[in-house]
Order: sequence, then structure tokens, then C-alpha cells
Amino acid sequence: MERRLLSGDEAVAAAAADGGVHLGTGYPGTPSTEILEAFSALRGRAQWAPNEKVALEVGLGAAFAGARAIVTMKHVGLNVAADPLFTAAYTGVSGALVVVAADDPGMASSQNEQDSRRYAVAAGLPMLEPADSQEAYDLALAALELSQRWQLPVILRMTTRVCHSKSIVVRRSRSAPAQVPRFRRDVAARVMIPAYARPAHLRLRKKLESLQAWAETAPLAVWREGDGKLGIVANGVTARHAREAAPGASLLELKLVHPLPLEKIRAFAASVERCVVLEEGDPVIADAVRAAGIAVEAKAPAFRFGELDVPRVRRILARDLSPEPEAPKGKPPQLCEACPYHPVYSTLKKLGCIVAGDIGCYTLGVLPPYEGMDTCVAMGASLGVGLGLRHVLPEEDARKVVSIIGDSTFVHTGLNGLVEMVYNPPPTGHVLVVLDNGTTAMTGQQEHPGTGRTLDHAPTGKLSIEGLARALGVTNVDVVDPIADPAGFERLLADRLARRELSVVVARRPCILAAADIRKYEKAAAAAGCAACPEVENV
Amino acid sequence: MSDGANVVNVVFAGLGGQGVIKASDILADAAFRAGRDVKKAEVHGMSQRGGSVTSDVRFGREVLSPMVPRGEAHYLVVLSASELAVARPLLGPKGVLIPPDLVDEAALPNRKSLNVALLGALARHLDLPEEHWLAAIRAALPERLHEVNEKAFRLGRAAALRA
Repeated sequence: MERRLLSGDEAVAAAAADGGVHLGTGYPGTPSTEILEAFSALRGRAQWAPNEKVALEVGLGAAFAGARAIVTMKHVGLNVAADPLFTAAYTGVSGALVVVAADDPGMASSQNEQDSRRYAVAAGLPMLEPADSQEAYDLALAALELSQRWQLPVILRMTTRVCHSKSIVVRRSRSAPAQVPRFRRDVAARVMIPAYARPAHLRLRKKLESLQAWAETAPLAVWREGDGKLGIVANGVTARHAREAAPGASLLELKLVHPLPLEKIRAFAASVERCVVLEEGDPVIADAVRAAGIAVEAKAPAFRFGELDVPRVRRILARDLSPEPEAPKGKPPQLCEACPYHPVYSTLKKLGCIVAGDIGCYTLGVLPPYEGMDTCVAMGASLGVGLGLRHVLPEEDARKVVSIIGDSTFVHTGLNGLVEMVYNPPPTGHVLVVLDNGTTAMTGQQEHPGTGRTLDHAPTGKLSIEGLARALGVTNVDVVDPIADPAGFERLLADRLARRELSVVVARRPCILAAADIRKYEKAAAAAGCAACPEVENV
Repeated sequence: MSDGANVVNVVFAGLGGQGVIKASDILADAAFRAGRDVKKAEVHGMSQRGGSVTSDVRFGREVLSPMVPRGEAHYLVVLSASELAVARPLLGPKGVLIPPDLVDEAALPNRKSLNVALLGALARHLDLPEEHWLAAIRAALPERLHEVNEKAFRLGRAAALRA
């Protein structure tokens, strides 16, 4: 069998290829991004969606038709996809639907450290969690099987450490070709009007009861006997830290984190003198186990924050609450030296703007020397937050408010905010600056609908940001190159801020890291004589 | 017993763009080719933008946690002088520091190959056959860079011998 050193993300992609996945879709987000890129490299059909909600809906449609689909996102992306997710638990699927949600404990590259395990409980969906790349491979395949068997979406929860660590993976031979997709009408199962949704909710709970019983004997909780004194219940990579920190302890490694095999945990806890639950993030397992009347020790609240590692696990086990050594303070990341956003931030600073910001490389503009951002909350939030500020601030301050957003983020969920801007314009108007560098830069230069290229960089339909703004009825729409004409950019922004009108300024200049590749893709498309690029007409 | 005692811990530290992750990939691959269990961990994302980057490689009979516990690195390879102080606490009391100035940068065939030169210095200390190092370097880099990097690797190894 082929053995390879793979990251957790690459292992999930290999499982998708070997498990006969018809379609992979998602939105880039660290640490999940590489899954679809690797799946595409393995000749899987992989595509970027404008956002996670759309991705999940595309995956759901494929799974309704009997196909196997995988949908990838980071933890905060699951918030965006939560609306279809909860009702997909009612409708179920005919093929298989695996939702990969990559959490980021410690926030290596995220705005919060929410624990996606709560979603499995809230939506009522099975959730698996791997500890390393081999498990990422095995459990992604298991998730496809589980989904098909129980006719339910299954969540595969990953964490940054598992996504981005490499370890050895042995791949299995490709499974038999999955069933050929076809449409079968099943209105009561797929159309969630209340009359059909009420029985669907009952069906979901029945499935979960069966799953709960199945979980007790499924090979998804590994019991390692120890010396009988200390017992550890752990999930994900924490189970590996635990084996290293306490080699003599008994260990119950949970790979199915919802529903939990509570009776197995009860027996495990009874078999040791002291039983400790080790988990990163929220005390999800500890709370559930305690609610079932099983006496276990949970970590101290201080360990709810950040990643766990071997030294922190040793501390938890030793009940050591002394201050932890401070993490080394290295050099923070910054805007690239030749980043086209430098003149934008120096202008915003010079004009004394109040900046409602968004998520991407450009968020780094908040750091010195510019300190050029006043809010950053969620993907697409710059529009709504900027408008809210404009609505209530005294006029002299309201007129300084600017929303800034990147091109990929604009397409993701900024678009909705632009509709709001036109629908409920503040009395002072508003100014949106779209920082269009022609790529999803922060996550590693992925394509998006505004680049006019698919995940594998082939030409496709191209969304025009300025065309959309004009079509929506924004009064002033301009496109400028902030590097070629920084003075012009400053004059334009000052003028738009002085008007009581709605303005969109597209600051367009390719990302310095992506520029060479973008030229290469454009050249390849031109050489292929591509006439199949239906650009959205500028209105 | 999988208590980590049989495991070699190496930490690479430097700045985004210096090839920290490439260096750790090459070491992990060399150890993998030599038949060891290997885990490699790092955090990318924000660190791609010129900030501090570290990458951990652990190899041996069986590796459990992918992360080198702070203060337990056997080898610390530092690619940027500015990161020496930051990364130092990662190294164990008897650990070996491989600093960037171990290799004469002027003698390097290419400034970008410092990472591979420092791997050459590290190789002096590790029980991994040279054929696996060279195969890992070739697998990690495009063909036009093979010669330059093999030269850098040998230069680093010679420098470690002198030091």
C-alpha cells in the first residue's frame, strides 16, 4: 500500500478521491483551504463557491441526487452555512454529504475561536474528529459511509494543528464506484414546509437515537488500558498530547464526538481511580458526560483559551494553575512591502477616516504605521457596520466613515451589505472602497467569481464589481489604481467623502504575490483563444 | 513505551518567505524516506506575511504529539538573526543551536538557499543517510534549483564540521 507524508488537509482530499466523491466545494479559509486544492490536484471535481452557504447548498443538491459531496470551510464559515445545515439535518440526503469544518483554537489566523462541536449538538448531526493525517483520511472515508448509511449530513471537524501537520498516511484502494446520480422525487422528505418538517424533525431524532446506540459499539472510541489509576477521555490531537504526557494512563480516544458513546465513557470512568476529560476549546465533552451523571474532572477554565500541547496537558493533569510561560513574541505579520494597499491606508489616515474594515490581508492595515482600521468583525461586515455608524453618529463624524472590503470578501457577503446601502442610505451617504487585488490573497491566492477563473484557474464567467454597483443604483462608481495614481486616489476619496451621496471606489491593482501567476493564467486563456468568458455587462 | 524518549525534536525558526517551512518539509521527507515515523507541525496563514514562523519536525520509532514541547527541542535551526532570542526558549538545556551565521552567506551560491545550507549543518548531527537527504531536496525543489541547493547543503555540512 502506498505510504505518504500528507497534511491533514491533503489526507481528506485523498479520502475524497478514494471514496468516490463526485463534487467538492467550499470557500477558502485557513486552515481548510488546501483540501479542495489537493482534491483538484488529484483530478477531483473541486470548485470554489462565493461563500459557505452557497457551497453547502450546492453540496446538498448533489447529495439529494444520490451523489457524494464534500463541502469545506473554516469554523466561522460554518456560521454562514448554518442556515441550510440545520434544515439539511431534517431533509437528510440520498448520497453522502460531508461538511468539513476546520476550527482554529488559538486563533492562528481567525477572528474567534468558536468550537464547532456545538453545531453538531445544535443541528443534531454526527461529527467525527481526527487526531492526525491517517485519521483524517480514515475518518473522512468513514464520514462518507456514515452519511450514506444514515442518510444524514456528517460533519468532519478538524483543527489547525491537524489540518496543517504532516504525518504518514496509508491509502486504501479506491472503493467501488459510487452510485450514479439520478433524481427521485420525494416531496415529503425534501420540501420543508411545516407539515413535512414536523415529521422530519421526529425522523431526525429517531435517527440520532439509533446513532447513539450504534456509537456505543462502533470502532470510533479507542480504549487503551493503562495502570488503572489515571484515566483520560480525549478527542482529536489532544489524545496524542495525552499519550505523550501521561504514557501510563488509561485513555479513551473519542473519534465520534457527536453523539458520544456515554455508556462506554461511564464504564471507562468507573475503571479508573481518577478520570479527566481533555479537550481543546469549550468543555463540550465534559459537560455532556457530567450531565449523564458520570463523575469526571474537567480542565480548569484557563485552558479553554488557545491550543493544548504536551506541556499544557501535563499542567492540567497536575492541576497546576501557576501562570504559564508567555508565548514567544515574534515579529507580527504585515502588509507586503509592495502591497497595493499601502497608498490606500496612508490616504485613509491622512483624511482622518473612521474605517469599518473587513477580513483579509488588508486587515493588517490596523497595525502601525497606519492603524487604519476601526472595526473588523466578520466576513462582509464592513458594509453593515459602516452604515450603522453613519446612521447614528453626529454628522461631522458620520461623514468620515468609510467601509473597506477586499474583492473576494465583497463577493462572499459584502454584496448583501451593498444592497442595504442602496436600500437604506444614511443621510450623509456612504463610501465603500473595494480593495480589488484580483485574488483571495490572505488564504494563499485562490480564485473567486470576480477573477473570472475557476479553482483550477480556467476561464469562466466573471463578476464585475463596478458593474454590480452601477446596476444597484450607486450614484458614484469609480475604478482607480492606487499605486499608479496615489494622488488621484486621495483626491477622489476626499471628494466622495464630501458628497452626501452613495459612492463605490474600486481600488484595483493585482496582489504583488499573485501578479505573475495572474499574467500567466491570462496569457494561457488568450492563447487558447477563449471566447467563453461572458463578462457581466457594465450597466 | 511511547514516551517520546526515542523521538528527535527539531524546530526551525525564521521569517515568512525565508524557506522555514520548505526546510522542515525536506527534513520530514528525509526522515520518512529513512523509514522513521514522522510528524511535522506548523501554523501558516497570517505568518505568510513576513512575520515570525516556526515549524516543528519530530521523528523516531513512534511520534505522538506533532508539536515539540517548549524547551524540549534537541536542535533549533534559526534562519534569521532577529529570531534567535525569540526562538531560544524552544531549545532544550542540552540542545544544539544552528544559527544563521554558521554558514557564510557570501559563499552561498544563492541567498535563498540558506535554509538548505543550514539543513546541511543539521545533517551532521542526525543519523539519516545522505541519499535520503538529497532525494528529499530534489523532491521539494524544481529541477533548475537542484544543483545550487545540493551545493548549499554540502557547504552547510562542511561548516558544521568546522564549528
